[in-house]
Amino acid sequence: MDKIDIVLDINAAAHEVSVEPRRTLADVIRDDCGLTGTHLGCEHGVCGACTVLVDGAPVRSCLMFAVQANGKKIRTVEGLQQGTVLHPLQEAFIAHHGLQCGFCTPGFLMLAVGLLEQKPHIDDEELLDVLSSNLCRCTGYENIVKAVKAAAAQMNIRK
Amino acid sequence: MKPAPFAYHAPTKLQEALNLLAALAPQDGRILAGGQTLVPTMAFRMARPAHLIDINGIRELEGVNVNGGLLRIGACTRHVFFEFDEIPDRLGDLLRKVVRFIAHYPIRQRGTFCGSIANADPSSEWCCVTTALDGIIIAESAHGTRRIAAKDFYKALMTTALHDDELITAVELPVLSDDTRTGFCEFSRRAGDFAIAMALVTYRLEHGLIADAHVGLGGAEAVPRRIADAERVLNGQAPAPELFAAAGAVAAAAIDPIDDSSNPVEYRRALVRTLVGRALASAA
Repeated sequence: MDKIDIVLDINAAAHEVSVEPRRTLADVIRDDCGLTGTHLGCEHGVCGACTVLVDGAPVRSCLMFAVQANGKKIRTVEGLQQGTVLHPLQEAFIAHHGLQCGFCTPGFLMLAVGLLEQKPHIDDEELLDVLSSNLCRCTGYENIVKAVKAAAAQMNIRK
Repeated sequence: MKPAPFAYHAPTKLQEALNLLAALAPQDGRILAGGQTLVPTMAFRMARPAHLIDINGIRELEGVNVNGGLLRIGACTRHVFFEFDEIPDRLGDLLRKVVRFIAHYPIRQRGTFCGSIANADPSSEWCCVTTALDGIIIAESAHGTRRIAAKDFYKALMTTALHDDELITAVELPVLSDDTRTGFCEFSRRAGDFAIAMALVTYRLEHGLIADAHVGLGGAEAVPRRIADAERVLNGQAPAPELFAAAGAVAAAAIDPIDDSSNPVEYRRALVRTLVGRALASAA
């Protein structure tokens, strides 16, 4: 099938790539743009490991074709750190032991970043519901919830 | 777990999309809206469309507006819109209540209201809402426009009245009067999972008695449906726990439940009895 030329704006850097329409955004981010921080678990939208932000919305990058992201602003886990300074959510995940093996972590971070940017004052009940979107099999949910709550407080103070 | 090859079309005008659909539907061409069901189905190779017509770039299909007592929901309206936007009055309250039950937050960022209607999964919350409220599905093709009542739209499990060359350009829901009470209740085994059954009820009070009761079910049967027998039990009576229980029992008896390995018929009947009662009790 013919390839289509697109430009992916990932973490404010332009990636000019030529892709088959059937390639998912997740695969193109990893294989064509070399940004392997975005992980692929289930490849059918259940696990959330591939969550990235597209125009500010946390989405499953395995459930979107790369051609659909042409010209949109994409953010991945590689874009969270500013210079040597970690994002408040990354700091909170360290401080609260919100990760063990780390496979699900990029997805949880991007889910939480997108969520807290859209809903900075989310209540505990809704936060739990949203964090149930992604799978962590090291059973680290308690610490992930603690980390996101701590980061939310931190981010709201800074505003 | 990788989709099979397809040709990609990204029209920016509705007419262009309808012409593409007319030309490509016979060649296994399909519409791509939110993609939250279609793309995983393609990843499993259960769907291998030869052409995808992506409607996400069509501005005419965006937006939600109220006109003449009807809320018109354009084809590109995503689930998440209903979490944030201030659709006024009782209908907005109901949609905000229901949207939280749809899949998970990241899925709601992409998936669309009208895509759920077209997909016609029996467990779809929006299919239940559209049926319970007597919504209208607007189907357009290169040949013209049809307005299809929700009660005539769902034909069988994941099968609708939509023709291959038709696109759902919008769904219309009647705005609810200020005195309408609404209740919604569903059950699934995991947060965000497909509902095994759900109940949506609306009614008004006239001189303390229930009027214009709607009892809609989803997930319980192959298609969403209003249960007239249960509505008859409610109309003209004063709201009371015994009445709600009676309506639940009548609804449970009236249905032809889906039978699957983990949820036998009697279980779904029991769920419907409970969910209808709870939805009625919670209606405010």
